[in-house]
Amino acid sequence: MRAVRVVATGPLVTVQDAGRVGFAHLGVPRSGWLDDPAARLANRLVGNPEDAAVLEVVLGGLVLEPTAAMAVAVTGAPAEVRVGDRSVAHGAAVPVRAGARLSLGTPPAGLRSYVALAGGVAVEPVLGSRATDTLSGTGPPTVAAGDVLPVGAATGEPSAAEAVPGQPGPAVLEATPGPRADWFTAAALGTLATSAYTVEPASDRVALRLSGPPLGRAVTAELPSEGMVLGAVQVPPDGQPVVFLADHPTTGGYPVVAVVDRTSVWRCAQLRPGEQLRFRVRGAPR
Amino acid sequence: MRVLPVGVDALLVEVASAEEATSLYAAARSASVGARVGVGDVVPAARTVLFDGVRDREALERWLAGVDLAARPADERRDPVVLPTVYDGEDLDDVARAWGMTRAEAVATHSGTEFTVAFCGFAPGFAYCTGLPEELAVPRLERPRVRVPAGSVGVAGPFTGVYPRTSPGGWRLLGRTDARLWDAAAEPPALLAPGTVVRFEEVS
Repeated sequence: MRAVRVVATGPLVTVQDAGRVGFAHLGVPRSGWLDDPAARLANRLVGNPEDAAVLEVVLGGLVLEPTAAMAVAVTGAPAEVRVGDRSVAHGAAVPVRAGARLSLGTPPAGLRSYVALAGGVAVEPVLGSRATDTLSGTGPPTVAAGDVLPVGAATGEPSAAEAVPGQPGPAVLEATPGPRADWFTAAALGTLATSAYTVEPASDRVALRLSGPPLGRAVTAELPSEGMVLGAVQVPPDGQPVVFLADHPTTGGYPVVAVVDRTSVWRCAQLRPGEQLRFRVRGAPR
Repeated sequence: MRVLPVGVDALLVEVASAEEATSLYAAARSASVGARVGVGDVVPAARTVLFDGVRDREALERWLAGVDLAARPADERRDPVVLPTVYDGEDLDDVARAWGMTRAEAVATHSGTEFTVAFCGFAPGFAYCTGLPEELAVPRLERPRVRVPAGSVGVAGPFTGVYPRTSPGGWRLLGRTDARLWDAAAEPPALLAPGTVVRFEEVS
């Protein structure tokens, strides 16, 4: 059997793919990888279909031993990648022999690295996806030392290309106002669009929790629960925005002032507690 | 009906009541709107239906304009799911008092009501069931319980629900059922999907 043996993990390692669509009406979150471009890149590098299952690794610490030779690529947070004692490239397909040890150091920046294995992680899908949903417990369990993860047969050739590391620019989230912007004061969207917000330690795969200038409510009534989307900026009574990520609850009872675009919500995957971000809100006062 | 944009590829449709939301959701299901106009998820809730992952927004808005919210699609109507329930919940006496009833009257009222699943949320397979009259709405517990056993039947606000698995929870508990509410490997995985008619049958 093609597989990898998990020798050690860091703070959190999960199996992730593009997530489950079509079960939100039953209360099942979408789940799936947080840094969509990085995970897809890792798959392309090892010759996988883009939506194959990968490992999402928070702050490094993962050590794997393949039971068969396979190509591996690490993308996302720039953890040092080693095969045995040898340092190898991040953002490139690397051949790993059977029984050799692949290890990830702690990345100097960013939070989540993605490890693609040629053939993809082949754990049993649940509701059409191999993603671990940390909110509802749907999907495979969190990866732990001692696990043996099955790997599929390689279907493509590893790429000879090396990914150009992304420029660590300022974290700006593009957002669209609504659906409940009218529940906030006239100043709130301007505050959101012009202030820096700091990532709080309680952030996880469910949501990025922020602190900064509070967003005032104009309507103080209770909102009946309504459907929530990836990137929704929900505002609880304390006025501090919360950005919903992949494992977000399917419904919520606090108003959503704006929604972060799919094209920039992935940036939330790499923000550490204490780091700052800004919102660029379409049509908001600057 | 009010259509609110949600980001670049979702629409939140706000209606006047839970019944209208149920009708709109049922219409969307029976018309296979998801497949026809390209929608990833259709998520009913208390006063809204969310259409997420919309590829053709104009086609969806055209379809919405033709929906009759007063219609109850007859073909969606199925035999009720009957949940055998032991009414021995920790909060049954408190709820009976809030309803101005004896314990036996409260059980008769709850088990004599035909419920409809308005929407799911909180956890996979957790159904928010409507059917109790508005005046019987009760607030959630001030201090949620740390551990509510799987199968617990509770009420909160205007809703009745059953905990699919053991979890924290703030609903007032009337009783418990052995019915399996959620099985990810089953088809369908949820016993109580939106639109399902539900009755609770008293057993001892």
